[in-house]
Formats: sequence, structure tokens, C-alpha cells
Amino acid sequence: MSKVNFLKPDKANLNTFLYLGTFLFFISIFDVFLNSFFNVNLTGFLPNFLSFLLPLILGFIGLYFIRIEYSGIKNLDLLNKHINTNNFNAILSLLIIFIIIKSLPPILSWFVIDASFAGDTKDVCTGSGACWTYIKVWMRRFMYGMYPNAEQWRINLSFISLVLLGSVGYFATDRFKKYLTLYYVVIYPLIAFLFIFFFISGGPIFFDFSYGIIAAILSIIIGFFIPSKFRFYYFLIVPILLYIVLKYFIFFEDYIELGKLDGLNWVETGAWGGLSLTFIISFFCLIFCFPIGMAFALGRRSGFPLIRYISVGFIEFWRGVPLITVLFMSAVMFPMFLPEDFFIDKLVRAIIAISLFEAAYVAEVIRGGLQALPRGQYEAAKSLGMGYWKMHIFVILPQALKLVIPGIANTFLALVKDTPLIFVVGLLEIVGMLNLAKTNPKWLGFAMEGYVFAAIIFWIICYAMSKYSYNLEQKYKTDR
Amino acid sequence: MNFRLKDIVPQLITVIAVVLIFGFFTYNAQINMENRGIDFGYGFLSQESSFDVQFSLIEYDGSHSYFRAYLVGLLNTILVSVIGIIIATILGVIVGVARLSPNYLINKFAAFYVEFFRNIPLLLQIFFWYFAALRALPLPQDAEAIFGVFFLTIKGLYVPAFIWQNFNIFFYSIVAAVIAIIVIRIHAKKVQESQGKQIPVFLISIGLIFILPLLSFLIGGVSLSFEVPVLKQLATTSFIYEGGVSLPPELIALTLSLSLYTATFIAECVRAGIQGVGKGQKEAAASIGLTPNQVLKLVIMPQALRIIIPPTTNQYLNLTKNSSLAAAIAYPDLVLVFAGTALMQTGKAIEIVSITMFTYLTLSISISILMNWYNKKIAIQEK
Repeated sequence: MSKVNFLKPDKANLNTFLYLGTFLFFISIFDVFLNSFFNVNLTGFLPNFLSFLLPLILGFIGLYFIRIEYSGIKNLDLLNKHINTNNFNAILSLLIIFIIIKSLPPILSWFVIDASFAGDTKDVCTGSGACWTYIKVWMRRFMYGMYPNAEQWRINLSFISLVLLGSVGYFATDRFKKYLTLYYVVIYPLIAFLFIFFFISGGPIFFDFSYGIIAAILSIIIGFFIPSKFRFYYFLIVPILLYIVLKYFIFFEDYIELGKLDGLNWVETGAWGGLSLTFIISFFCLIFCFPIGMAFALGRRSGFPLIRYISVGFIEFWRGVPLITVLFMSAVMFPMFLPEDFFIDKLVRAIIAISLFEAAYVAEVIRGGLQALPRGQYEAAKSLGMGYWKMHIFVILPQALKLVIPGIANTFLALVKDTPLIFVVGLLEIVGMLNLAKTNPKWLGFAMEGYVFAAIIFWIICYAMSKYSYNLEQKYKTDR
Repeated sequence: MNFRLKDIVPQLITVIAVVLIFGFFTYNAQINMENRGIDFGYGFLSQESSFDVQFSLIEYDGSHSYFRAYLVGLLNTILVSVIGIIIATILGVIVGVARLSPNYLINKFAAFYVEFFRNIPLLLQIFFWYFAALRALPLPQDAEAIFGVFFLTIKGLYVPAFIWQNFNIFFYSIVAAVIAIIVIRIHAKKVQESQGKQIPVFLISIGLIFILPLLSFLIGGVSLSFEVPVLKQLATTSFIYEGGVSLPPELIALTLSLSLYTATFIAECVRAGIQGVGKGQKEAAASIGLTPNQVLKLVIMPQALRIIIPPTTNQYLNLTKNSSLAAAIAYPDLVLVFAGTALMQTGKAIEIVSITMFTYLTLSISISILMNWYNKKIAIQEK
């Protein structure tokens, strides 16, 4: 055994340094661990300052001892490579380990150990931890806003059916794959709109909706007997005809009166709220902002100067102002611009405002995709004799849109994060409901729980979406 | 002729459509305003505002005009944006560099920070800091001093005020130092290009920027003293701090959440920028004998900055626009003071909302013009 030089750990005395270093390192962690979990101060006999810094010093010496390059021990080399490359990194690593150990007990005790879950009044929340009872009691309000309790199954049913209808794409066989774009771009939004407008909103119009459903089912059943050659035209014409016939000739007025009696109760949009409103707004804004954004992206790259200037003006205007002023505009300024007896619901106004706002961002994203396409694509399409619209619909847009899917997903993510701003027009989604619940005299003092709860929900939604968009990005990267 | 018609018709249709929409809106607005007896005009800006603002950088009370109220709001918005941009940049650069650290723990810690703060709506963060976190702070009489001079209480942060004597001399000394540094830099560049000698510009600059202001203290008669906030009892249970500068909790919550949120995006920009510089650049620079510091300063940073600056500018713009969320926690920024209180009082919706939007547009466009100019300056001069 060669001479041990403590200032210069070397491979010759590997075991000595390894044991000593590991021992010091674990002592330091153990000290912090005891200190934070059991409130025992091992080094209490030392002066205050020294006792505070001792774990760091011990850990640092320990890490210094085990920093031996190419030791031949796999785990040690891995450790050195990842957290212990030099003195500075060692100190930072130690600090992070200590911060994690120190912050675990308070977080755990607030979230779980001292928290109260049982009961349904404020009295059970006596501990120092979180009061999850508050969330439990207010859960329906946070999810559905002021929507009447007895009617909430309508929201649930609509959302579940929409999710099921939306997941059709994953189960479609190759035969139906070609119709998927049509389905997602036209039919699915239409169904969603019908669901939300007639089902969640309710009211006597509901029976209009039921005519539609009957017409659709009847026409699909008959459709199986129609030769495939005419099926396209059949589906284009017959359902609408059937709907008109059903509504105006067969069921007629008596039945509409009947329908009003049995129809679902009308729930005004002011009562909608909570997380479900977040979903509704995000969904519609996504649907509306996409075609508007596409139109302005094409307009900005158009060869006609006037159209280009108008598009540039539109895009730069919306991108230059904050969303909150846009919502202010929709709340106080927009009604002034409409004819006097013309009233637009405030939810619709908010959706229009957010859609126009996000459309400008979508337009810029799509423009990026259009610019990324090589010129050859345009020239090839033109040389085949395609006109402007044919070229864009069949050659340019399919490629460009595929390129910008991650960008669109990011814009949509921003949209979801912007929805809480609708408090400006007086609509209360989940954050608005939290602020309302917070001021309830029976449940004062639980602001923290509410915000943490909403933060967790939003975080899960947004993180899942950002991971999904990242995956899409990776997928399409390899495609090209 | 045919060719020209094909060119003109779509443009004409679009223009007519736009004009029709705007005409429809203006026509309705005129009728509506006539019916409600509101007249259109910006004359109200010089009228007396008769409302108070709780936090303003310039002297203001109810007897001042609406235009003055607008200025108060605008200055408060700019204050929040500037502080937010500075903190967000510092934090963002640190986190962005930490994201690339070979140290596993630091790397993951930075990643956790970015993923955590990026995926929570900004408004929720502002509410969290303002209504939950800052409300948990002690009352003024229970507050413990931080470093003996700062007091963090539920009513805000109290910091010592600087009391300068002969401040202008101090200011001139700093200006002189900056000018001297610029002159030395130009000279050093010339020397290096003509003779190949290197002058330690960095050390000289640091020396100058410290020594000249120090001299102004010793010789110029500049003196600096601090006014530490002192607790004062108003009534039996009501205490405030007097003296010093008080930062209201709204300002703290807003700057904190804005900078924490925007820093995550800046961190991603920085990371992308540094990763965007090819590995070969670094190796080539090292192989011609540059020291690691020189590699960073002369090779990596100039290239990385080119990638970093455009998206970061966007984030600065976003931060400025997001500062309008201040209205939600009653920080008197432009939206709250002008589009909120002033609008309620005058009822001039069109004028006030248009002024507010135009102000934000001007802010955004001026920042982007400034950054475009800088961007062009540092862009690669391709042949």
C-alpha cells in the first residue's frame, strides 16, 4: 500500500478513499435527514454557524475523496461523471440534495400527513395541513360552475360522447382512413356544436336537435341500400331533406309544443363555468381560429398587395395587443358596434374575441410552414397546370400543415392557459370559481388549497399536451 | 386587359368587404351613441379625473387630468415590464445554462423548474402569489428584518431609500467611466489589428467603472446615506413602516409571477441557442489555441446570441403584454387605471379601449423595431 495523500485522492489507495469519502458523504446526508424529518440536531453542540454549514463541508470533503477518475468501479464512475465532475458541481449537487431533503417534510405534511380529507364542513379542518375537504365540498362548482346539480349529467354525457367520437380515428380501419380528415374537420365539430348548443344549453330548441338525430339515423339506415355510386350525392341531399320533412310536415306544431314540455331545461350561459367551460371555450376557439388563421396566412403570402396589407394589418394588430384588452373590447366596445336590438351572448362574444386573437398566432405558425416548403413544390404544382386554389389544396397545404402541427399544438396550449382571462367578461371558469369560493364567508382562508388544486389540474392538462406535441414533432421530424 | 382584371377583382372584393364591415360597425356605433346621448371625442383627456390611484411613480391625485391618470398607468406598466424583463433574463439565462449542465441533478432541477412553471396559467400563478403566498406573510409589527434593513410584510416590502448628495456628480462620473471604456475598447481593437498585442480591456473596464465613482465619493463630495424604514404605531393594532421605499404586494406578486413564468421560456431559448452552435465550432476554436474563456466569448456566444435574440425578444413582448393581467389583482397598471376606472367614470368605451390598444401596439412595435435593428446588426454578413 502506497502512501496516502489526503489532498490528492488516487487510484492506488482506492479503498481507503472510497470508504472514507462514502462515509463522510452519508454522514452529511444523514445529518440533514435527521434534522429535517425528526428535528434532531446532531451537531447542536457546535457554534450555530458551523453547525449550519457542517453537512456541506463534510459532504464536500467526502465527494472530493471519491472523485477518482477511471476507478474501475462502474457505479462510482457513473456517480463521478454525473454529479461530481469538479468542486463547483459537487457543491451544487450537495445543495440540491439538501434542498430536496429539507423541503420534503413540510410539503408532505401539508399535502398528506396533516391534511384533512373527511367530513363536509369547515370544522374538520383544524390541522396545520391542507384542507382537502374544501375542495371536496366545492368540487361540483369547480367542475361545472353554477350549472344546476340535477342537470350536470348532460355535461358529463356530452363530454364522454365527444371523447368517444373523437377517438374514432384510432380505431378506424384502412378503408375509412381517407374519410378521417373530412370527419375531423367538418362532421366532428358539427356534432360537438350540436351537443353543446342543444344539449348542454337545453331549452325547447332541443327538439330540433332530435329531428336532426332521427333524420341522420334514418338516412344512414336507408343509405345501406343505396348503390355506392350514388351514395355521395345521397348523403349530401337526403339527410337535410329528411330533416325539413320531419320538422315541417310530419311532426308539425303540436309536437313542438309537446317537445317544449318535455325538453331539457334551458341553462343560460352565465351559469356555465368551472373546468367544463375551460374545455368548451378551448374547443370552439380551436375550431374557429384554425380556418381564420389559415385564410390570413395565405393572405399574407398572397401576390395581391392589398390583400397582403390587410392580412399583415390584421395579424400584427392582434399580436400586438394583450388578450385582456381584446376581451375588454368584446365586453364594452363590441356591443356598441352592433345594431341596437341585436344581442350576442357574452360567451359567444368571448369565443369570437379569443378566436380572432389566437387566429393571428395560428396564421404566423402556418405561414412558417408555408415558407418552409421548398420552392420546387410550388413550381412543380404550377407546371402541372394547377391554379392557385388547386395548388394550395392538393399540394401545398397538406405538406405545410403537417409541418406545423407541433406549432399549432403549442398555440393551442397557450390558448388553454389563456382561458382563465374570461373573468373580464364575467364568465367564471375554474380559476374564477376559486376566487368566488374563496370569498364565501363559510369557507374563508382556503385560498392556497384552491390554487394548488387548480394548478395541479392545469399542469396535468398542459404537460400532457406539451409532451404530445413534442412526440408529434419527433415523429414528423423523421418523416422528412 | 384580361390579365389586369384577374389581378384587380379579388383585391377589390376584399377591400369592399373590409370597408363594408367597418362601415357597418361605424354606422351602428353612431346610431347607438346618438341614442344614448354619448358624443365621440378625446376631449375628456384634459378633464379632471377625480379618482385616486394607490401607487404611482409621478405625482398624482384626483385633481389631475385623465391624461395624467393615463400616464400613471402607463408608467406603472413600464415599471413592471422592465423589472420583470431584467429578473426573467437573469433567471432564464441561469436556468438555460443549467439545463445543459453535465451535472445530472442540476440538469433535472432546471428541467423541473421549466416544466413546472411553464405549464401553469400565468393568471393562476399571479393569484397564487397574491392571494395565497403573500397573504401568509407577517403583519408589520411581527415582521423580522432581513439583513436588518428590509421588512417583508403583508402590506408589502419595505426597503431603505437612498439619499444622495450631489447625485449629479456621481452620475457624471459613471458617464465618464462608460465613455472611457468605449474609447479604450476601440483603441484596443486597433492595437490588436495593427500590432497583434492584446490589452486586458476587461480588467481595465472593471477598474474604471469602480474607481471613477469611488473617486467621486472621495473628492467630488458625493455622499450616500440610507433611510431605513421604521415601525410606527397608528392605532393600538395598526402599524405601518415609515421612511424608505415601500413596494406594494401587488407589484411584488406581479413581478414575481411574470418573471418566474417568462424565465422558463427564456431558458428554453437560451438552451436552444447554445445547443444550436455546432460542436465543431468549439473544437476548431480550441484547436487554434484559444483559452476556454476566449472560446466562449469569441466563438460560442456571438453565434448563440444570433439564435437566442429573436425568440427572446418575443418573450419580452409577451411579458409586456402579460403585465396587463395586473388588472386582476388591482395593481394600477394601464388596463386597470385607464380601461377600468377611467372607463367606468366617463363611459367613453370606444375612445378608451382604442387608446389602450394603441398604446400596447406602440410598445410592442417599438420593442420589435429596436430588437430587429439589433438583430440586423449582429447578423452574419453573408456575401
